[in-house]
Amino acid sequence: MIEMSGICKAFNGNVVLKDVQFELADGEIHALMGENGAGKSTMMKILTGIYNRDNGVIKVDGEEVTFKSPKEAEAKGIAVIHQELNILPDLTVAENLFLGNEQTAGFGILKNKEMNREATRILKQLGLDIDVRTPAGTLSVGKQQIIEIAKAIETNAKVIVMDEPTAALTDREIHTLFKTIRKLQSEGVSFVYISHRMEEIFAICDRITILRDGQSVGVREIKKTTFDEIVQMMVGRELGERFPSRNVTLGDVKLEVKGLTRPGLCEDIHFNVRKGEIVALAGLMGAGRTEIAQALFGFRKMAKGEILIDDKKVKIKNPRQAIKLGMGFVTEDRKTQGLVVDFSIKDNISMTNFDKTAQSGFISSKQERTFVQNLVEKLGVKTASIDLSAKALSGGNQQKVVIAKWLGIAPKILILDEPTRGVDIGAKKEIYQIMNDLAEQGVAILMISSELPEVIGMSDRVLVMHEGKITGEVSGEDMTQEKIMHYATGGDKVVQN
Amino acid sequence: MSKTNSTKGLIQKLGPLFGLLLIVVIISIMSPSFLTANNIFNVLRQVSISALIAFGMTFVILTGGIDLSVGSTLALTGAVAAGLLSSGVDPIIAMAVALILGLILGAINGVIIAKGKVAPFIATLATMTIYRGATLVYMDGKPISGLGDHASFQMFGKGYFLGIPVPVVTMVIAFFVLYFILRKTTFGRRVYAVGGNAEASRLSGINVNRITIAVYALTGMLAALAALILTSRLNSAQPTAGESYELDAIAAVVLGGTSLTGGRGWIVGTLIGALIIGVLNNGLNLIGVSSFYQQVVKGLVILFAVLLDRKKTA
Repeated sequence: MIEMSGICKAFNGNVVLKDVQFELADGEIHALMGENGAGKSTMMKILTGIYNRDNGVIKVDGEEVTFKSPKEAEAKGIAVIHQELNILPDLTVAENLFLGNEQTAGFGILKNKEMNREATRILKQLGLDIDVRTPAGTLSVGKQQIIEIAKAIETNAKVIVMDEPTAALTDREIHTLFKTIRKLQSEGVSFVYISHRMEEIFAICDRITILRDGQSVGVREIKKTTFDEIVQMMVGRELGERFPSRNVTLGDVKLEVKGLTRPGLCEDIHFNVRKGEIVALAGLMGAGRTEIAQALFGFRKMAKGEILIDDKKVKIKNPRQAIKLGMGFVTEDRKTQGLVVDFSIKDNISMTNFDKTAQSGFISSKQERTFVQNLVEKLGVKTASIDLSAKALSGGNQQKVVIAKWLGIAPKILILDEPTRGVDIGAKKEIYQIMNDLAEQGVAILMISSELPEVIGMSDRVLVMHEGKITGEVSGEDMTQEKIMHYATGGDKVVQN
Repeated sequence: MSKTNSTKGLIQKLGPLFGLLLIVVIISIMSPSFLTANNIFNVLRQVSISALIAFGMTFVILTGGIDLSVGSTLALTGAVAAGLLSSGVDPIIAMAVALILGLILGAINGVIIAKGKVAPFIATLATMTIYRGATLVYMDGKPISGLGDHASFQMFGKGYFLGIPVPVVTMVIAFFVLYFILRKTTFGRRVYAVGGNAEASRLSGINVNRITIAVYALTGMLAALAALILTSRLNSAQPTAGESYELDAIAAVVLGGTSLTGGRGWIVGTLIGALIIGVLNNGLNLIGVSSFYQQVVKGLVILFAVLLDRKKTA
């Protein structure tokens, strides 16, 4: 179907792809994997004509092609679904589906009835039975993803490139997505599947191409490879334990929450975190986990409830007070909440640490640089200079900058909301190591995560939420995916896996 | 803010400066009287008023806001200063009152925007009308003159310091102070942060409301400072003073390369932008372009500069 060979690409003399090969067979689901910055996205951008290649050949169905724009790639049946969905929330489902490909009766007059009918038909085929006249923004991310796929099908795509399609999906939505992908596969559509989630790749893909530092390190058949082999190919070294171990004796209760309630978001939440303990807050997306973290940090108001730090009742009305009490909050979304992306690494890290980088309002360049440089080195942020814009960093490095910003305040309590989302496997382990070090220093850590292996691998105790309530708590031997999913889906329902 | 590719960035940032030089060269070729000390001081004196307002506007725009009320604030604070002077109040007190009034009028804008969550455009559109109306009420629609013979007040608009017009000195001092604030203080850094990402700023413990109120208050005070210069120069206050000054200020900020979406820009650019507009106003007059055409030319230059800037960043 698609053959890319000898692909080379450099930006301003900086080589990002060196003689890369990639081959996609008809009706195949082919994983493209590699650490952040390995060149996956660049590869796909070259395939779809967003970037020009410096060298190399692309063949589609044996015919050599050079696309100058995604539109041209689309005409040849290649569609891309980006990580950030292209859904206009105020337009209806059908309007989104036909955006840019509207059916008209001439003079730009829309054939709305026909389009609605067609949209309903396509979506039904994909297992989504909804009113296509509802605004797309009211649908869950999982359903929006299906709409994107429908959009691709509507343009007769033969190849669909999906970049981290499951990053924001719940387990059930992932299940639906996979069903949809398999159905289309049986109809002859091929997929390029970019993901950091190993479990998914083993669940759905036929073959995998691995990139490292802009070079292809190999192609494997999923059935004939192992988790460890792939990791090793990706990082080029033995990574060892996926979750490093730590050696901590738990201290006193540092943070305690009593009866936190806000109708519609969460109800009667009780829990505590000890010094040196990592407590995970698990549950499906939308179960109210992030809301609790935001309430603790004073970013969201609660109707009822108490927060105690060191057994003393505290009032936290805004993030400023939370920070004064020694709390840090690594937010879920780096780009919208964690970073000022136009800021340099230095300015981002300095933002929470003016007490150390400035005196009575005057920033000391020297102190600021030393302070930031220390943190950047401590956390192993890979960058040529702390003056580089945060925008220029890979996901894993951006996440380290966000963590650095909070480590700077020497937190006693650290909340991490999806700390490794969109982060490659090497950086992931480094982040786990940082968490362990903090726990060993006696920091109380509350981690929110949707990745069950991470929850089980990293935490001492797991609180499971379902629809705004804590439905279960598991620790030790009881920490299994089945148990957690059992509580996450309501507790008494039958577990399906 | 980022210093990525600093030399490339600097060249891009200095684009407006080349534009200014180009305009200066063209005008001095077409009119020999342009490059005389007298005329240059004349230009700078005029620019000092619009630049002070544009400096404040830079802060506001850096936070992602806009302030349409600066012209009206200028009129009202100028009127109050003139009113106090004409009724025999000590000039120092009259000037202090005007500056504090400007600060308060600006802070009112800030409070409406920060606490009332009103879009800056709408909030300041409303106060623009209110402050102008208040000016007319206060002056009963008539200019105030007969400000008395106060050397200290006249000095402010008409005097010279070491041979340089005092308004120009005032502008230069304000420029350096504000430049320093933006570059070297936590307040300045926070102004950029709020404009770059208000949510991340709040989550980082920045009091976003306080920063917002502060930048509008600062802008109000700078408008009052400009009002004092204007009132002193004219030796009277006019009810229509400062009309459409907000547009010149916004144009200067944008010409200087500051992004209207906030978070990116610098005050050096604003100074250059204000000079471009000032030089154009003066130069077109000297060349003898009719005032009708002047507006067309001014608009075209702004459009051209912004389009050029677009090209470079794209």
